[in-house]
Amino acid sequence: MKSLAELEAIRAKTLEKVAMRKEGDDAVRIVVGMATCGIAAGARPVMLKFVEEVQKRNLQNVTVSQTGCIGMCRLEPMLDVIMPGKEKVTYVKVNPDMVSRIVAEHIVNGRPVQEYTIGAAEGK
Amino acid sequence: MDLFRAHVLVCGGTGCTSSGSAELIARFEEQIAKNGLDKEVKVIRTGCFGLCEAGPVVIVYPEGTFYSRIRVEDVDEIVSEHLLKGRTVQHLVYKEKAAEEEQHATLENIDFYRPQMRLALRNCGVIDPENIDEYIAFDGYKALAKVLTEWKPEDVIKEMIDSGLRGRGGGGFPTGKKWQFAAASKADQKYIICNADEGDPGAFMDRSILEGDPHSVIEAMAIGGYAIGATEGYVYVRAEYPIAVKRLQLAIDQAREYGLLGKNIFGSGFDFDMYIRLGAGAFVCGEETALMRSIEGGRGEPTPKPPFPAVRGLFDKPSNINNVETYANIPLIINKGADWFKSIGTPGNSGTKVFALGGKINNTGLVEVPMGTPLRDVIYKIGGGIPNGKAFKAVQTGGPSGGCIPAEHLDIAIDYDSLTSIGSMMGSGGMIVMDEDNCMVDIARFFLDFTVDESCGKCTPCRIGTKRMLEILERITEGKGEEGDIEKLEALANNIKSTALCGLGQTAPNPVLSTLKYFRSEYEAHIKEKRCPAHHCQKLLNYEITDKCRGCTACARVCPVNAITGSVKEMHHIDTTKCIKCGSCMEKCRFGAIVKN
Repeated sequence: MKSLAELEAIRAKTLEKVAMRKEGDDAVRIVVGMATCGIAAGARPVMLKFVEEVQKRNLQNVTVSQTGCIGMCRLEPMLDVIMPGKEKVTYVKVNPDMVSRIVAEHIVNGRPVQEYTIGAAEGK
Repeated sequence: MDLFRAHVLVCGGTGCTSSGSAELIARFEEQIAKNGLDKEVKVIRTGCFGLCEAGPVVIVYPEGTFYSRIRVEDVDEIVSEHLLKGRTVQHLVYKEKAAEEEQHATLENIDFYRPQMRLALRNCGVIDPENIDEYIAFDGYKALAKVLTEWKPEDVIKEMIDSGLRGRGGGGFPTGKKWQFAAASKADQKYIICNADEGDPGAFMDRSILEGDPHSVIEAMAIGGYAIGATEGYVYVRAEYPIAVKRLQLAIDQAREYGLLGKNIFGSGFDFDMYIRLGAGAFVCGEETALMRSIEGGRGEPTPKPPFPAVRGLFDKPSNINNVETYANIPLIINKGADWFKSIGTPGNSGTKVFALGGKINNTGLVEVPMGTPLRDVIYKIGGGIPNGKAFKAVQTGGPSGGCIPAEHLDIAIDYDSLTSIGSMMGSGGMIVMDEDNCMVDIARFFLDFTVDESCGKCTPCRIGTKRMLEILERITEGKGEEGDIEKLEALANNIKSTALCGLGQTAPNPVLSTLKYFRSEYEAHIKEKRCPAHHCQKLLNYEITDKCRGCTACARVCPVNAITGSVKEMHHIDTTKCIKCGSCMEKCRFGAIVKN
């Protein structure tokens, strides 16, 4: 090891992989409904797409996790984006093609994609 | 390398490994692959989580769900429910003895962890100890980089002195001062040594740090080497800690590969490398001078001080010795500053201390609390109290060198000075809890038996004096105590304390002195009344049959020496001269008619 920069590079590279184990509640959580209904409706590819996007954009402090059925099986695949200090946003009938837009607009820039949310779906 | 959405952390400490965590890891990997999750979920073997009582422990992140006592059969369910469908397997989640059923136990909201402050154990159970990158991700080697590129050696020593860090091996000597002495010695070669010869019965904090976070010790030793001007380090670790030795060696190899050990570290011109030396199981080798003799290849025997190691130590060169836990604190102090460290704990006792809780306590395990935490909180809040509704009697701290703290001192704030003031000592941090069934005379006998075994035999007070004390204690517990035994014990104890060569002998009488101080009446009952108040000493017990006896003859049939007589449906009687006090009759009696006193 010859420099601080080298150490910092290793730190940054590994940090994203262990970030979920670090303390602190400022993490953004993407929680995908993965009960039988969710899986049947195609939640797994959606979740994998999220993991892929998070990695591609090198987002720190974002975790992708799963949850069970919340009872609105007809709207699956569903997922919540929970950002610290903000109301959680629920997206419904998500498919993998919608994921990169959610990540870009909501996770990165903080603007929920209104047309994909439960409010939009139920309002129709 | 891929990003994994979930991490399954399986404890790979010695406790959980012996209850089968290696098989769990294999099963997890197999099941995860079978369910096609191997690209998403990663299984990591970590160091000790501390709550060994509930082992094997498995934690699933990002939720932080805490599963306890997991068997191989349970793995399939965790994989198919939690990892595949995101449903926590409630019945496997750790439940606190007193807590309601429904709570979703994550690490932070468990009573065992809440009052704790994990500094020395910060990475134990969090990182993969066999992966240097993970240590670096958790700010590892940052302190070494900072010190080597920005600080002068005197700055490091000043920071250590300012932090108020005291030796965690038990003596409590200020670490900064120790470094200052070693730095002041002029020599062509100096050494920095880590004492990992953790020999106190019941203490295992050093093992857990080496198993769970070996790089923190390596980093701190390099920092210490820079501060005192040493280019070589030795870790003296017990051969009885195979997992710790293996992971430490792996960590050293990885650090060398990254150039964090070796020549010209961080381009600073500072060279440092380190080696492991294995101890062969002698308790006295935890004493620093004996330890150095053992590293040199000689017989592990202490030598008189002065000269202190800082002047003439390993291979007759100035050396500095610190304990594992002391080292584990150092990178944090450098990163966060002496003032931060001093803000934790009490004045004169900065920081935290790790304790190994054992004995008659619900939550056996490793705990780390700020100095000054009341003993009561450690026993009841973290430790979960005494099992089976029994009453707390005393806690033994400091192992064979320490003493017993009785219930009247339960509210004492734990630090070096307070423990010494009541006749015990911090020691390395073993805490053995005793309940009403423990005989204090027998406890003193147990610890003395240990020191007699472990005395190296070099000096007379320790070799012969402790042996004589043990003989007296054995007589007392066998009901052959005589008037004047207590006084004899006290005289011997004080003589040994003031004349023994090293710490082992000087502290060996402590368990006797402290039990005499707080439980003198128990000694007197053994000697004068030939009675053991705790009903523990077998030879002093008398079994008696009370009038609850229905004459069922069950006891007479089970008695191996035919000491019980009586006819059917009539009260039976025990012949105490024949009775060998095995207790079989009491176990057999269905009417609670047999009592011991």
